[in-house]
Amino acid sequence: MRRRKGYYASKMKRAVHLLFYKRHTKPGVKGWELRKALGADYPKVLKILDNYLKALDLQVKTVFEGEKPVEKPTLEQLDKARFYITLRGDLTPKEAKMIGWRIDDLAGLAITIAYVISKKGKVPRKEVEELLRDKLPGWKVGLNVDRYIRYGYLTQDENEQLYLDWRTRAEIDQKAFIDMLLSK
Amino acid sequence: MSKRKRIKIGREKLQRIIEMCKSVEERSLDPFLIDVDEAVKTIKEFFPEWEIPEDLCLDAETVYHLASVIKLQSEWVKHRSTSLYTDPFLLTEKLVHIEKEEMVETFLKAWHPIVEIEQISLHSLAEALRYWENLLPLSERWQEFQPSEIRTSPATREELIRQRILREKAFSEELESFWQELKNKVKEKGVEGKIRYWDFVGAETYEETVHRAFLTSFLVTYGYASLEIQSLEEEIFIKPNEKPAAKTRKKQLVSIPIAVTTEDWTKWKKGELR
Repeated sequence: MRRRKGYYASKMKRAVHLLFYKRHTKPGVKGWELRKALGADYPKVLKILDNYLKALDLQVKTVFEGEKPVEKPTLEQLDKARFYITLRGDLTPKEAKMIGWRIDDLAGLAITIAYVISKKGKVPRKEVEELLRDKLPGWKVGLNVDRYIRYGYLTQDENEQLYLDWRTRAEIDQKAFIDMLLSK
Repeated sequence: MSKRKRIKIGREKLQRIIEMCKSVEERSLDPFLIDVDEAVKTIKEFFPEWEIPEDLCLDAETVYHLASVIKLQSEWVKHRSTSLYTDPFLLTEKLVHIEKEEMVETFLKAWHPIVEIEQISLHSLAEALRYWENLLPLSERWQEFQPSEIRTSPATREELIRQRILREKAFSEELESFWQELKNKVKEKGVEGKIRYWDFVGAETYEETVHRAFLTSFLVTYGYASLEIQSLEEEIFIKPNEKPAAKTRKKQLVSIPIAVTTEDWTKWKKGELR
């Protein structure tokens, strides 16, 4: 029993190293990378780690390929998924400021994401900029949209259409966000 | 109504459908703005009129764009049936009227930012020190480069040909001899005064094959030869003209792209491609 505990403890440490430290340009680790480093039982290691992180208000977040979350993922789906460590609870506006977000920029991001969701995930950049210009200074609007793209919240195609990108999928509970917004 | 006029109207109608479909695709408009049944009816109505390849291509393009719109319609229905669907108008109204602070508060409840750490470890520090110790000083690494003196002299015609700046033959000469080669090949291996495209164009190397295909395209364009395409058998023949045919304005010239890929060339070498 103790040996088994030790086995998972060392694997958990390795998982923490892989998940917390940024190793590629994008944060997070692919399932197949975890399988290679931790062995075939990596989903179990992640489950134990997730339980352990609860007390620290953190969680292991799984983002599957494609748009939708998967209820009972297969091993193949897990291998292709990307795993991140994210905050489990939520930040206060003061804390958000402390991690480098001005309230204006954050509100702009929230408006943009909500607007893209409302337009079925695709919206011309011009429309978003017009919406933001209503409450943000004009010179800042373009810079902000570029910043959201750079951070990975949005992506833009050659026709200047905006879509939600990997970071939105990893960090934002889109359904909860829209539900809260509509109930305001 | 004369046939010509009907064809003209048909083309205009198909163009209009394509434009409408494109604006829906590009500007993310409501795909149900397009009456697909009506568009299909129009396509069907004019289909018997099409005779030349351009019109058939226009017909195919219209069908393609219409299919894209149908795909968008199906995505739209799927999206409406998901739990994420919200009325865009309602949401936009909310977004316009909500206060900045209230918006941030709502967003923060749904936002769980990723935790990332960028920190140097003792191991990387030791590694970096080792690298520094082994690194040669800049004065040794970037030793001054002494350029050797180069003598200049006029280049000869042979040298320019070797460097492919000048051609050995004028292009017209090359084309004439290539035409002669085509005629000889047709006499040797051709049937009914023509030869299979790949049997003429194909050469020992891929580069040579591409060069021959390039020259062949000029033979056809300048009227030294003509192409015969048998669509059903998917075979292309090349037929040399006895005299270069004069360009005529009565017939509309058609461009025919023929891919000369390495895969096709390999197949031809193995005798698998006609």
